[in-house]
Amino acid sequence: MTTIELKRVANVIRQDIIAMLVTAKSGHPGGSLSAADIVATLFFNEMRINPKDPKWADRDRFILSKGHAAPVLYSALAEKGYFSKEELKGLRQTGHMLQGHPDMKKTPGVDMSTGSLGQGLSAANGMALAGKLDGKDYRVYALLGDGEMAEGQVWEAAMASAHYKLDNVTAIIDYNGLQIDGKTDSVMCSAPLLEKWQAFCWHVIEVDGHDIDALLAAFAEAKTVKGRPTMIIAKTVKGKGVSFMEDQAGWHGNAPSVEQGEQALKELREEAANLG
Amino acid sequence: MADKQATREAYGKALQILGAENPNVVVLDADLSKSTKTADFGKKYPERFFNMGIAESNLLGTAAGLAAAGKIPFASTFAIFAVGRAFEQIRNSIAYPKLNVKIAATHSGITVGEDGGSHQAIEDVAIMRAVPNMVVLVPADGEETRQVILASAKYYGPVYIRMGRLDVPLLFDEDYHFEIGKANVLKEGTDVAIMANGIMVSMALEAADDLAAEGIKVSVVNVASVKPLDEDAIVRVAKTTKAVVTAEEHNIIGGLGSAISEVLAERQPTPIVRVGLKDTFGESGKPMELLEKYGLTKAALIKAVHEVLAKKQK
Repeated sequence: MTTIELKRVANVIRQDIIAMLVTAKSGHPGGSLSAADIVATLFFNEMRINPKDPKWADRDRFILSKGHAAPVLYSALAEKGYFSKEELKGLRQTGHMLQGHPDMKKTPGVDMSTGSLGQGLSAANGMALAGKLDGKDYRVYALLGDGEMAEGQVWEAAMASAHYKLDNVTAIIDYNGLQIDGKTDSVMCSAPLLEKWQAFCWHVIEVDGHDIDALLAAFAEAKTVKGRPTMIIAKTVKGKGVSFMEDQAGWHGNAPSVEQGEQALKELREEAANLG
Repeated sequence: MADKQATREAYGKALQILGAENPNVVVLDADLSKSTKTADFGKKYPERFFNMGIAESNLLGTAAGLAAAGKIPFASTFAIFAVGRAFEQIRNSIAYPKLNVKIAATHSGITVGEDGGSHQAIEDVAIMRAVPNMVVLVPADGEETRQVILASAKYYGPVYIRMGRLDVPLLFDEDYHFEIGKANVLKEGTDVAIMANGIMVSMALEAADDLAAEGIKVSVVNVASVKPLDEDAIVRVAKTTKAVVTAEEHNIIGGLGSAISEVLAERQPTPIVRVGLKDTFGESGKPMELLEKYGLTKAALIKAVHEVLAKKQK
């Protein structure tokens, strides 16, 4: 896909996120919106996947370690054709397949059940080890949050990815700088992330997480790195694309009202119009 | 019954059988491979052995990923670190998505001995039993361990296997048949039943022999499969004996005794005496001395049988 096409997809994903959360009356808009460009680039350009065969053994894997951003994943999966967009209306509702956090047993296209923070990179490593054992060339992508960096297991896994030279692992930090209780730097400072991941023997790339071209270049670079995993630190804005949500910790885990949703959708439709 | 073998030893040997049989079997450890006995698999199949270092959360999380990609991982460490440190990884990364991970934990119970209470898991069965999708197996000897390991590899889904450090008597030969979800009646008696697992099974058999000399006919039931529990067998035996003693190297809260009490309370109310740790931690000491001190002996079982027979007569 071209950059402009990916921007359009990201815009559609953002609109779906808002619509889903308004209907669900709960969920996490901020960290879903901040990850929309990353997820759009992965699912619509980067990853080798087939919506008609979600369990394809040779597919690239995606693990949403920051599982509370499930709406961004569900929007991408629906847009990609893993299931009907009608399903998005069932988000978080009893008896529907779209759980509050990703559930690989219930939702086609979800490669790992996540939500309890800190666990995704370990699972990614396991899949990557299996791929190497089987002589398969699939890649494993894991999307983490910057607040999640406080989880000890992330660093256990970071050490193991490098130890086992998992160059088929690409992790991304959606570095939006906010978590539930406020700014990440004030709740539990995880900086400096670049130096930390370099010290753990990862290849590290810093990008603007809303710059599609920069993301495409980073994913391409990751594929050329041999003998070690790649971390893409993607600087993002929490709530990106909706003016009143941007950079507001309060929009971490609160759904917009019907009126707020309409305002947000209006802004996103304007953005779409500007994209042409 | 002079021959002895630790269940962890039998585990190490069973892994080698599996390694040869099934290329999808992989083994992970957390810097305890010489103690958990996974090291020999590692020597024989180095490309399928992953030492994860002293990082149990990542050990179990990585096992989940391997399983999600079609492998059959056996993840090993001491019971306290698997179930204790990595509980939530087991719960959310393994059991919740029902991934095919075998948590093969060694060094359970107080027979860990000298390392002391910090290293003696006495609540692991209770914790694992409460997790949906989890199978919980506690083999009694080397042969049963071998069969438990092979059966676990054939079964699709998460399994917790509880093994010990101590050499214990070899009770069974190849004619013995373990099956997930089945209890084994080792001895038929009509007066009282001792339902046990792990190291308590051999003591139960010895206690039954001594009690026979007193004219008390004891059924001995080996309940290696704590979950799924063979409810029908337990109810059937309890219906006959009308008195049950449970025995486990585990806290009396939440383990085998609790599981059997739950079933019998609902389906066949029966006088019960539970033998196990009385809601207390262990301590450092020689394993046999600790068993004596904490009342996990043949003598304790005989005493419990007399207690439950007195209840039965009321």
